Amino acid sequence: MSMNRRAFLKTTGAGLMAAAFPVSLVKLAFGGEGSIPDFTFGYISDAHIQQIKGTQFVRNWDMGLIRAVREANLLTPRPDFFMFGGDLAQLGKKEELDHGLEIMSNLRGKVRYVIGEHDYYLDLGKYWQEKIGPLYYSFDHKGVHFVVLNSILTYDKWTYETWPSPMDRMLAMARLDNPKGSPFMVGDQQIAWLKKDLAKIKQNTPVVVFSHSPIQKIFKPWNFWTQDAEKVQALLKPFEKATVIYGHVHQIQYNQIGNITFQAVMATAWPWPYPESYSQLANCLPKITVPMNRADPFFERDATGWQFVDMKSGKTAIHYQLPDNQNRTVAYDAATGKPQDMKYQDYSRRIPPQTHF
Amino acid sequence: MRNSRFFKSACLAALIGLGFLAISFSIQADDFTEGDLKRWNQEFMSVVATGEKLFHSSELGTNKVSCDQCHPNAANTHPETYPKFQQQLGRVITLSEMINWCIQNPLEGEPLPLDDAKMTALLSYITWERRGVPLAPGKH
Repeated sequence: MSMNRRAFLKTTGAGLMAAAFPVSLVKLAFGGEGSIPDFTFGYISDAHIQQIKGTQFVRNWDMGLIRAVREANLLTPRPDFFMFGGDLAQLGKKEELDHGLEIMSNLRGKVRYVIGEHDYYLDLGKYWQEKIGPLYYSFDHKGVHFVVLNSILTYDKWTYETWPSPMDRMLAMARLDNPKGSPFMVGDQQIAWLKKDLAKIKQNTPVVVFSHSPIQKIFKPWNFWTQDAEKVQALLKPFEKATVIYGHVHQIQYNQIGNITFQAVMATAWPWPYPESYSQLANCLPKITVPMNRADPFFERDATGWQFVDMKSGKTAIHYQLPDNQNRTVAYDAATGKPQDMKYQDYSRRIPPQTHF
Repeated sequence: MRNSRFFKSACLAALIGLGFLAISFSIQADDFTEGDLKRWNQEFMSVVATGEKLFHSSELGTNKVSCDQCHPNAANTHPETYPKFQQQLGRVITLSEMINWCIQNPLEGEPLPLDDAKMTALLSYITWERRGVPLAPGKH
């Protein structure tokens, strides 16, 4: 349901701020349907705060996160909570995590965090756990069971026996196209925990999993991939309404595998190419994904963004907030049993910038 | 005496002439071997490797940002579309100019001279990662 600008300004009483940081004027539906009351949560991801030296940080990435926080603060009614989807830091440094958390502290509302590989591979999550919290956990909110996974683990041999120093390991994992990289995985210990966690949840309870990497296999060379994805998918199979929301890929992606809906969130830092634009290797980008518009590098926030999610009827609809671009909504469609772009899903509606090469 | 000196000079001239002839045969354009091909390819691939290193290093700019942060495997650089009308600049440019735009803006660095060995290395790596894709100059 849309809302005109005047009504929005009246509601927020923040005319000046809204003029400076325009937010999509979407009124959130709070009608309630069935047993799940309508609610929304905000989602910010992949900030990649990068230290140059001392108190100097890369301005471009800082501005992405600052802008997302400012825009998210204008959402009304307020989302119930926020998620941060991982890769707060670029090289896992305390300075980067601290600076990222400082920017995030301006966000009004409770924030929960998912860890990304850029946060992890310097000290293996030590500082993260001191400052932010556990690497995997679950919580319940208004009839929905939410699970946060640490999906960016890998083989012990790669983590513990390959690199001369923690920073060498961090730099190796930070390079997306590194032929000496290693595939992400959730790992058996965490999968055993997940099994136990889900055992107490009724099968008609909506379950939403937050992970950094896709819990599906799209393109291994860039780790758009989780090695043991099938094991996690098997645990989600009994649930009538299961959803996985992931970061890492810095682009709009969505998919449906059996009963599980997959949706990616945008980065605030920079966009990544779709795997098809690397002409030397095949990829498995989900066929139903309508790509985001090809980035215009001359507008540094183009093809970045943040999003809010509504949980109407227990399935997710992601409202992508895309600065310098058209906002998009990808929502689960009960009729087709798949997530759909609300505007561009039909081939005849697609536009030239959605062509990537 | 005079005849013998003339004879010696003539022999020397003939030898020099033959020498030139031999050299000119050896640099005939179509006379190269498998070994030559291998060496030339190695020369090219060593420059590609230099380009790959530069592309993944923070030495081109001043803010530690590297090209691969936005362009893994040099993807989304579409070298086959250059030269093209770069609508944001309002003129037709080559890929080298776009590389310099990236060095100056996201990397906050100084542009490279267009004949700089580093520029050649970057072009070599970017084009190598796009090998086999048909040329499409001007494409958007």
